[in-house]
Amino acid sequence: MLGTTLILALRSISRHKLRSFLTTLGIIIGVAAVVTMVTLGQATTIAAQKSVSALGSNILQVRPGQGFGRGGGGPRPPDFKPADAIAIRDQIAGVTAVAAQAGTSGTAIYEGANWSTTVNGTTNAYFQVQSWPLAQGRIFTAAEEAAGKSVCIIGNTVNDNLYRGGSPIGTRLRIAGISCDVVGLLSKRGQGGFGGDQDDVIIMPLKTVQRRFTGSTDLKLMLVGVDQAYASSAVQASIENLLRERRNINGGKDDDFSIFDAAQIAATLTQLTTLLTGIVTTVAAISLIVGGIGIMNIMLVSVTERTREIGIRLAIGAVAKEVLMQFLVEAIALSMLGGVIGLIVAQLAVFGLSGVMKVDFLFVPQINLIAFGISALIGVVFGYFPARRAASLNPIDALRHE
Amino acid sequence: MASNAADSAGTSYVPDEGAPIIALRRVTKSYGEGATAFLALKGIDLDIAAGDFVAVMGASGSGKSTTMNILGCLDVPSAGTFQFKGVHVETLDRDQRALLRRRYLGFVFQGFNLLARTTALENVELPLLYRGDPRKERRAAAMAALDKVGLADWWDHTPAELSGGQQQRVAIARAIVTSPAVLLADEPTGNLDSERSVEIMRLLQGLNRDNGITVIMVTHEPDMAAFARTIVHFKDGLVERVDTQHAVGDVPALI
Repeated sequence: MLGTTLILALRSISRHKLRSFLTTLGIIIGVAAVVTMVTLGQATTIAAQKSVSALGSNILQVRPGQGFGRGGGGPRPPDFKPADAIAIRDQIAGVTAVAAQAGTSGTAIYEGANWSTTVNGTTNAYFQVQSWPLAQGRIFTAAEEAAGKSVCIIGNTVNDNLYRGGSPIGTRLRIAGISCDVVGLLSKRGQGGFGGDQDDVIIMPLKTVQRRFTGSTDLKLMLVGVDQAYASSAVQASIENLLRERRNINGGKDDDFSIFDAAQIAATLTQLTTLLTGIVTTVAAISLIVGGIGIMNIMLVSVTERTREIGIRLAIGAVAKEVLMQFLVEAIALSMLGGVIGLIVAQLAVFGLSGVMKVDFLFVPQINLIAFGISALIGVVFGYFPARRAASLNPIDALRHE
Repeated sequence: MASNAADSAGTSYVPDEGAPIIALRRVTKSYGEGATAFLALKGIDLDIAAGDFVAVMGASGSGKSTTMNILGCLDVPSAGTFQFKGVHVETLDRDQRALLRRRYLGFVFQGFNLLARTTALENVELPLLYRGDPRKERRAAAMAALDKVGLADWWDHTPAELSGGQQQRVAIARAIVTSPAVLLADEPTGNLDSERSVEIMRLLQGLNRDNGITVIMVTHEPDMAAFARTIVHFKDGLVERVDTQHAVGDVPALI
């Protein structure tokens, strides 16, 4: 019997192609919207997590001042001193390494090619904390660090722009007026937290930068590596206590420095994108329900319009259940058809929008399955009422219907 | 009151041979309730023999359409009994009557009532679809029925591409594709010119004669009624008169 009703339903759909298409349009849009929103939401979450984890996992960033900016009003909080970095490394359990940083920016020049970039003065601990291996060459020697020698390790982007793919090791480039020997090339890292290009950097020994560029021993940033076995929140608290002590912040006064935990930021961001995804998905889901009502509307019109046809079917000997099934199967087939088209549209939309939003294309099987299931369910729910109406028609009246 | 009317004026018609395939006894039908109630049938007694060709005549409002609906198992009597092949149809529910129609009855309407945008073959196939016949048999039977009405070459045409007479022949093919015991025709020639009408009547006669299908046909036109073997006249919700024009088995003269 299902075979019969399926044949009848499909015949009816194919005989009214335009009407069928318009009927399913609501479902197509609804399914496409839901799948696109959920998929893009997930893609954004993944991208955000990737961005934040590019800040480094198990890394605490310690900066002077509150928040990312300096904050308004009041005296500028003091930068850190090299002794702060040593104290953190030596006195707090769970700290694997501390990479103190000082930086500047300038134009790098090599044989006529020039490139404006960031100079990051730090210690070898930086490569350890960041888990950032070299592609070529070597890290700094102890003598180079201690003496503040003019040597540098360059990032991939700098290499591409100055050396056009050639090996930079052993060459000498000029950066912001001083010349330095290139001893190493960092491996490629790609986009970093919040969109910056991590590979657009030249790394020099901390002492070199302090002596040649900044002219002081002040530190703008310390990266603290945390041992996996320790809770980063406990290490964070210890560092906070230590720095308050060292900076003479008493009692109720606020910190004049801040400690960021990348994992924590990632969690917050994920929460936020999940919430946003939830909101837009709800709106999309409402459009799916509206699509369902559209199907019910057209099916009701269809029942009225086809009253005579129903009368013929009943006279020929169709039992009520068969007429009900025909209209129900028709509604389900229509909404499932809309579901399939909606899924195809969704993949195209995700493909197009992920390019615009600069996130990776994503195919989430679960949401596609769920959306398709819901579209079928809508056919059942919104198709039942018109189908029952069709089945309950009196054959004599139906035959007389004009 | 209904049964009194049946007693005094009801006419019963019993054929000479064989048990009747249709037997109505004191059948009444009323529409509406209370003061607005309308008695369409006032107590009908009518037997129709298997293999008969019956024309039903009468003015509109005489009760012939109501009787046809009851005979077609589309409606049930308000009172009285209707036996079809010995089965009391008035005791059957909606779906049981649908199954009875599917198995034993074929319908032909004045307005043809073919499904639009549907080929002749698919229209004829429809009753077999509901019966659940396999595709191959369905096709073969539908083609055979179309062949019988002389439209085998037109199987892939939709109603819009067929003339009125052709549409009615497709409708007849649809009615006989299940090899029904009874063919009910409601003014089958009402929308056709006299030439097409005669073609349709010959077709019905042939089906009656060659396939033993009992034909019951409503008509206004005495010319058409002349093709039947028996004529039942309705008047004011009662059977007024039953004329037997020809003996069972006789082929009436063709115009």
